[in-house]
Amino acid sequence: MSSPNAAYPDTPGQSAKPRRHEWPLWEVFIRGQHGMSHRHVGSLHAPDAEMAIRNARDVYTRRNEGVSIWVVEARHIAASSPSEKGPLYEPSESKVYRHPTFYDIPDDVGAM
Amino acid sequence: MHEGNWITRAPTLERKAILLAKVQDEAGHGLYLYCAAETLGVSRDELTEMLLDGRMKYSSIFNYPTLTWADMGAVGWLVDGAAIMNQVPLQRTSYGPYSRAMIRICKEESFHQRQGYHIMMKMAQGTPAQKRMAQDALNRFWYPSLMMFGPSDKDSVHSAQSMAWKIKMNTNDELRQKFVDQTVPQAEYLGLTVPDETLRWNEEKGGYDFAEPDWTEFFEVLKGNGPCNRERLAARNKAWDEGKWVRDGLLAHAEKRAARKVAAE
Repeated sequence: MSSPNAAYPDTPGQSAKPRRHEWPLWEVFIRGQHGMSHRHVGSLHAPDAEMAIRNARDVYTRRNEGVSIWVVEARHIAASSPSEKGPLYEPSESKVYRHPTFYDIPDDVGAM
Repeated sequence: MHEGNWITRAPTLERKAILLAKVQDEAGHGLYLYCAAETLGVSRDELTEMLLDGRMKYSSIFNYPTLTWADMGAVGWLVDGAAIMNQVPLQRTSYGPYSRAMIRICKEESFHQRQGYHIMMKMAQGTPAQKRMAQDALNRFWYPSLMMFGPSDKDSVHSAQSMAWKIKMNTNDELRQKFVDQTVPQAEYLGLTVPDETLRWNEEKGGYDFAEPDWTEFFEVLKGNGPCNRERLAARNKAWDEGKWVRDGLLAHAEKRAARKVAAE
């Protein structure tokens, strides 16, 4: 599942070239005001987690977009591969009985 | 950067704060787009180095100088206005990371154009000298803004492929026409004159007829021969070189702390 460029599984990795002094890439997740889950908003480079959160504050919450920030180094994200999406999701496509509309309930029963 | 020499010279503290906020947004927009480019498999440092040694293009407009405070108005109104005209349809571009970056950018860009127009209103309604300054800024930024849409469709190298892949949705000429149609009435409201004697409303096509910018100048600017190309790139190189010890220091600090944490466990 994981690849050299885990967060971007269809992208060729750059392992051939040593990264020298480049700050690592962090993926940023922000929880908005309205009680929703954290949501991926983008990425940025930073030397460590603390700086990544500070930079995320400046880059992604300049207009009150969030009340909580998560950052995770991109190389720690294991991702499914878009090219495998057929076999990966096939099991869910064949189970129509998981949907409420599969069941015919007479109108007389009322709202259900 | 256009705003660089005006932050310290802004006429009021409020205008200075606004300009700083705008510059912070623009830096953010650069970061969104670099992140989008990185998803194609190039590293940030490679991209930065390509910009610094002149292998990567950047918008031709940044190679024009900002000579007076009215230029801050013209840049916001015209340059950001032209950028928005380009960016709004790009929110639906076929490449996901690019589209997501554009959605964020468009949310923030409108403030830039409105603050620019607000400066122009103040200047145009000010003293005769201020109004002259506003007119002069419009004169200098009109054609470079039209150039921002890229060469005419027949001369555009990348347009056909980008349209076929639905990376871009409208042709350069379509967007340029839309920009002129939107901007001319705004100039009239200011009481300023668009520096184009051939500008006429064309009832039949429902848009303005207008003069093309000087494309020789455009290609010269792209080649590095604009009024400020060398200065702009030199400033970027200086910032990158002089910031090296900070980047290296922060990385060394992070590595040292990580090693200490591992040792403690």
